[in-house]
Amino acid sequence: MSTTAYYIPHKATWPIIGTGGLMLTLAGFANFLNGSSIGSTMMVMGFMTFIVMLAGWFSLQATESESGMYSTQVGISYRMGMMWFIFSEIMFFAVFFGTLWYTRNLSVPWLGGLGDGPGRSSHLLWENFTAQWPTNGPGEIGGEFEPMGAWGLPLLNTLILLTSGVTCTWAHHGLLAQKRDQLIKGLIATVALGFMFVAFQAIEYHEAYTEMGLTLGSGIYGSTFFMLTGFHGFHVCVGAIILSVVLFRSWRGHFKPENHFAFEAAAWYWHFVDVVWLGLFVFVYLL
Amino acid sequence: MSAVVTEHDDHHEHDHDHGPSKGLLRWLITTNHKDIGTLYLLFALAMFFVGGAMALVIRAELFEPGLQFVQPQFFNSMTTMHALVMVFGAVMPAFVGLANWMIPMMIGAPDMALPRMNNMSFWLLVAGVLMLASTLFMEGGAPASGWTLYPPLVLQTGAALPFAIFSVHLLGISSIMGAINIIATIFNMRAPAMTLMKMPLFVWTWLITAFLLIAIMPVFAGAVTMLLTDRFFGTSFFDAAGGGDPVLYQHIFWFFGHPEVYVMILPTFGVASTIIPVFARKPLFGYSSMVYATAAIAFLSFIVWAHHMFTVGMPIAGELYFMYATMLIAIPTGVKVFNWTATMWKGSMTFETPMLFSIAFVVLFTMGGFTGLMMSVAPSDFQYHDTYFIVAHFHYTLVPASIFILMAAGYFWLPKWTGHMYDEKIGKLHFWLSAISVNILFFPQHFLGLAGMPRRIPDYAVQFADWNMVSSIGAFIFGFSQLLFLWIVVKTIKGGTGEVVTDEVWEDASKHGLEWTLPSPPPYHTFTTPPEIVPTEHF
Ligand code: HEM
Ligand SMILES: [Cu+2]
Repeated sequence: MSTTAYYIPHKATWPIIGTGGLMLTLAGFANFLNGSSIGSTMMVMGFMTFIVMLAGWFSLQATESESGMYSTQVGISYRMGMMWFIFSEIMFFAVFFGTLWYTRNLSVPWLGGLGDGPGRSSHLLWENFTAQWPTNGPGEIGGEFEPMGAWGLPLLNTLILLTSGVTCTWAHHGLLAQKRDQLIKGLIATVALGFMFVAFQAIEYHEAYTEMGLTLGSGIYGSTFFMLTGFHGFHVCVGAIILSVVLFRSWRGHFKPENHFAFEAAAWYWHFVDVVWLGLFVFVYLL
Repeated sequence: MSAVVTEHDDHHEHDHDHGPSKGLLRWLITTNHKDIGTLYLLFALAMFFVGGAMALVIRAELFEPGLQFVQPQFFNSMTTMHALVMVFGAVMPAFVGLANWMIPMMIGAPDMALPRMNNMSFWLLVAGVLMLASTLFMEGGAPASGWTLYPPLVLQTGAALPFAIFSVHLLGISSIMGAINIIATIFNMRAPAMTLMKMPLFVWTWLITAFLLIAIMPVFAGAVTMLLTDRFFGTSFFDAAGGGDPVLYQHIFWFFGHPEVYVMILPTFGVASTIIPVFARKPLFGYSSMVYATAAIAFLSFIVWAHHMFTVGMPIAGELYFMYATMLIAIPTGVKVFNWTATMWKGSMTFETPMLFSIAFVVLFTMGGFTGLMMSVAPSDFQYHDTYFIVAHFHYTLVPASIFILMAAGYFWLPKWTGHMYDEKIGKLHFWLSAISVNILFFPQHFLGLAGMPRRIPDYAVQFADWNMVSSIGAFIFGFSQLLFLWIVVKTIKGGTGEVVTDEVWEDASKHGLEWTLPSPPPYHTFTTPPEIVPTEHF
């Protein structure tokens, strides 16, 4: 493969289809939120288009890659793209971690009177509020609730995700050493652990809603809890689906020790999701 | 250093078809950086006029005290939509368009690194702007909260709210994709001889801007997502009753918002640093200090956000910190202004239209920087905040800076892109009309602000009448003068003055950049093999 000639694809139909799908999904969602009856139909149609686009685009990439159309340089572009994409995801999660930090350490204590002069302005609206965490605020939004402890399911989920990180790396070693068996087994384990995590989280959410009175509407604690764990859980789902595709491709014998960008990208993504969970475990559940 | 002769033959090693597709389809499915650059630029130009029309609605209403033409609610929708359309629909896409056209040609690359994603980032932009524009026709009207979308006010928006929020998501995804592409292109696609410190400043400034974009667009997306859940899913992020805080939104927004204004100004700096040396016939003064100053500005832009919130209530330590940190920005910015001036010093200058716009940029941007410095002083800002003084400040940094430089870029590169010369006489007329009217338009707003006229208000006390009228007159002259630019662009694309355009276009331009060694117009595919020698900034 020459390094001087760069592979430039000509004409691409998937991007415009994907754009249409995404726009339809979001417009449908917005209509749905506004209570319009066509909203959900639009959303489903848009989302299906989007899924078809993803499948089509990625299989095109896989075919091209397998037929040896990509030079080393193209591979580097893809790796850079993935790295910077993960960086953007880090910034996205940083917003919600920042929100948690700000409310716990600043806005809730301020509502409780921290930094007030003799005027005690914070008590003009809510007289008897004392700052604490967890809280649903001086208005007790959402009513009584029980906070989520760290030592039951969350701890188990931590162990599950950490193990899946190990199995993922083990699979990678298998790929590098051309041990097909190890590669496939490692990936199966990783995917299974990923979906197991999601299942346990579903159980946890169910408990929160039905037994603990803890909902998305439970003031700032409920908001930050479900927003952080919810977006993370969504990322685990996506990561597990990506890994399933990688598993399928490995099974078809796609990857070579020196060329397996899709595997690497999926693994990076998985480790990223893993690290975010550690942050969640410490800041949302433990502290 | 001399120019390189590059091959621009059209045969390739792949068995693909290489010409553009026929008809409209070409534009929908293109992956060519020049096509996509053109799409971005034309779209931005169209949005410039849409946003401009909204601005003229605002200035028409403010021509006299009292309510003349529009309802207050609609007036506020206009200020909101004007800003969002100009920022996300005009200025940012225009610079992405320039990046698409110029970066591969400047670094000796055949195309952008991720051409399919490039197509998607353009069309997602169109989708986002369409969705935003659709809110104008919805029950309850377009968002009227100002472009900052502060809660709790913005949560009172009608049916438009979720659409506005999702349009921000689409625009964010589009920008992130575009930025990733630019970074990958610059890091991975340079000709071997094009080392980092030989890159033209336009490339450098875009590299840093792309980093800013990837860091901040997800932050904005997160902020509006919380608005969405506060409104529709019962969360309390920005509601004190639930333990949240509306001020938190402001912090998050400005953590995005301040770097965002630098997203609009850093590529501006890059283009100015490209144009001024060509017409001063000297290399750029202080090339490496320009690079470091850009990086310093980008770094500082992340740690000064709360200068937009001096009056909202902050601990005194916060006020002081953000005040001093903001002042620091003036240092690297001053380095830049000094360098542009020093580049012109004792140069054999000529004053073609791109140079005129660039010189006006140096002078008028400095004005905007000075008012910024005034506002960075927290106690003084208590007087300036939310008045027309702010409006004057940021319009000086955006209109005679970013927009003027975009005009300059248009004049500078149109002959290269089209192979035709624009009409210099009309270009100069466009320049003088713009440069004079922009000052009639925005300078009086300083007086209005200092005298206490609030921003985003459809009616005002009679003592503000005179300067508002002057400002509105300037606005209409400025607005209609821009039609000259439209006319020039169309005419140049269609054949221009008929003058023969050389590869260099401008005298000795090939000393300044690789793009001037290519034919005018360049072939559909350039640099299928990397050029061996590159001109440097310091010849
Ligand atoms: C020396 C550099 C600069 C300094 C010290 C500075 C400082 C400030 C300060 C303190 C404010 C807040 C004023 C208030 O709301 O009370 C402000 C507002 C603003 N600045 Fe700057 N600025 C600088 C350069 C720029 C540049 C280069 C741009 C854009 C290209 C820009 C765009 C804006 C915008 C858009 C606002 C208003 C945002 C809003 O409230 O809607 N500034 N600036
Ligand atoms: Cu700022």
